[in-house]
Amino acid sequence: MRKLSFISALAVIGLTAPVAPTQAAETITVASWGGTYQEAQAKAFFKPTADALGITIKEDTTNGLDDVRLQVTGNAVKWDITELGADECARGSKEGLFEKLDYNVIDKSGINPKLVHDDWVGISYTSVVLIYRTDVFGDKGPKTWADFWNVEKFPGRRALSSGQATETLSVAALAEGIPIDKVYPVDVDGALKSVDKIRGHIDAWWTSGAQAMQLVKDGEVDMASIWNGRAGTLKKEGAPVSFSFDQGVLTADCMVIPKGSKNKDIAMKALAMFVSPQLQANLPLYVDNGPVNERAFETGKIPPERIKDINSAPENAKKQVLQDAEFWRDNLVDATEKFDNLIQQ
Amino acid sequence: MSVRPAEFVSRGVNADALKADARRESLGLLGLCSPGLALVGIIIVLPIGWLFWLSLFDETGQLSGANYARFVEQASYIRTFLTTFEVAFIVTGLCVLIGYPLAYMLSQLPRRAASICLIFVVLPFWTSVLVRTYAWLVILQRKGLVNNWLIDLGLISQPLPLAHNFAGVIIGMTHILLPFLVLPLYASMKAIDADYLRAAMNLGAPPTATFWQVFFPLSLPGLAAGVVIVFILCLGFFVTPALMGGGKVIMWAMRMEQTTSLYSNWGAGSALGVVLLAVTLGLLGLFRRLLGTRAASVWGSQ
Repeated sequence: MRKLSFISALAVIGLTAPVAPTQAAETITVASWGGTYQEAQAKAFFKPTADALGITIKEDTTNGLDDVRLQVTGNAVKWDITELGADECARGSKEGLFEKLDYNVIDKSGINPKLVHDDWVGISYTSVVLIYRTDVFGDKGPKTWADFWNVEKFPGRRALSSGQATETLSVAALAEGIPIDKVYPVDVDGALKSVDKIRGHIDAWWTSGAQAMQLVKDGEVDMASIWNGRAGTLKKEGAPVSFSFDQGVLTADCMVIPKGSKNKDIAMKALAMFVSPQLQANLPLYVDNGPVNERAFETGKIPPERIKDINSAPENAKKQVLQDAEFWRDNLVDATEKFDNLIQQ
Repeated sequence: MSVRPAEFVSRGVNADALKADARRESLGLLGLCSPGLALVGIIIVLPIGWLFWLSLFDETGQLSGANYARFVEQASYIRTFLTTFEVAFIVTGLCVLIGYPLAYMLSQLPRRAASICLIFVVLPFWTSVLVRTYAWLVILQRKGLVNNWLIDLGLISQPLPLAHNFAGVIIGMTHILLPFLVLPLYASMKAIDADYLRAAMNLGAPPTATFWQVFFPLSLPGLAAGVVIVFILCLGFFVTPALMGGGKVIMWAMRMEQTTSLYSNWGAGSALGVVLLAVTLGLLGLFRRLLGTRAASVWGSQ
């Protein structure tokens, strides 16, 4: 009896309680690389999108394709959108890890067609550039990768990336004098031969952007390949360095909706906002990664003196090689292993 | 059972009852051990077995020896393997050279002074390996503290290559692993009864003979424990060689990381693990044999 009355009391409370909103504000989770880059993305993309769509965007960080593969194959997808390197997107697409994108929702105009695919789309650009220390070379430092490879004319300590073999192989092809529009498809064996020529003169192989920056900053090396964001930071900090986008290697990042995302439709709308010219134009205001949407440069949001420092600005983009994600989808593993075998001999 | 010793049979009427008792007791013991055995089985034997199983399949899922064949075919694997053991031997040797005198000194100090000094040995444990490695980078690099001082003092004109190479890896790892040698060694030295030493000297042994013939052999179990710990830790080291080696000192663990995360080839990565495990166990067996029974207590047997 007592028990019953207790239950009925509960029922009464339940009936009379104010009707809860049928659904709380919808939440999606977006994963990116963390650090200053993700902070910039939060200001440029996530916050304006959350405000405009009236949703909550939760952030997480990713280590890349392995994380997505684990979530999708383990049927435990916790991200609705995640960032990846373009070659990872191409590989994951081949493995069927992502949801199809709806280009009726996402406006692809202004994005390089090479970065618009059924289930992934570009989001931003990083460049690999050649940096040298001006306290060692003045303004007569190595300007091209052929100069970097020329150890007689430009003596000094050198660093290249070993963690991103694909970028170093592109650079090695450029060092052989291959013009920027002929680098792709990369002749991997030829590029490896080129690496073989320089590897004895490399004083440090770096695996992270922070490491590349530290090597140059502390004068541990006199010239290096480096990501433009890190190079820009060094310059801003007043380090005696010089770099340009000539013969840079443009690498795109991309975004995907992992297969099995529970908020696919909102994620699609959010992604459409992220790649829109208006929000894309925000990105270079906070970080050196260039917008993937060319129309961002027409919004008038980016000051003209800033545009010349952005790697994906049309003026700069045409001096650089665009990493071909689909080429690396098919060749990355094999080429990376050959590259590692070569430099670890 | 057919080779039952003759005297056991002749011992008489109780034999069968005793045998049944013994069997019951061993079953009881097995029962008591079973939770532990199950735990070890689940968290050690099963995963290692699975690792071994994975290593037998190539990327297409076919049963093959391809994952092992690459060790012979690729020069870089052999290079990496040799580097790993070279580093492990050198670091262990340096740890012994530095750690033995240090532990000896600690064991001879008065208790108070010894505990203060021990704090300095243990203190680095509370700092992350990553932080200590970066600190070494700051100290050792081309424009780091050491090179700047030496150049300012006029001792050298060109900076010494101390970081981003083999030397840097050795210095960094020796520093990080030293406490692992000192602590067990110190414990075993403290346990040596000073009366043995007095007795030796009483019988006319000079100090060096007392040390080498009495103290040193008694400290061997502690030394062996320390050496084994340091050596095994060396084989699996990752952070310090990755940062201090400038990408030129590639150890086995780094190769494993590349294989699993970069090439996503779990079979090949497992094969690396299996080979390292097998070689390590082989070396431990060899080591045990070399040091003989004196160090046997390290493995808990008599």
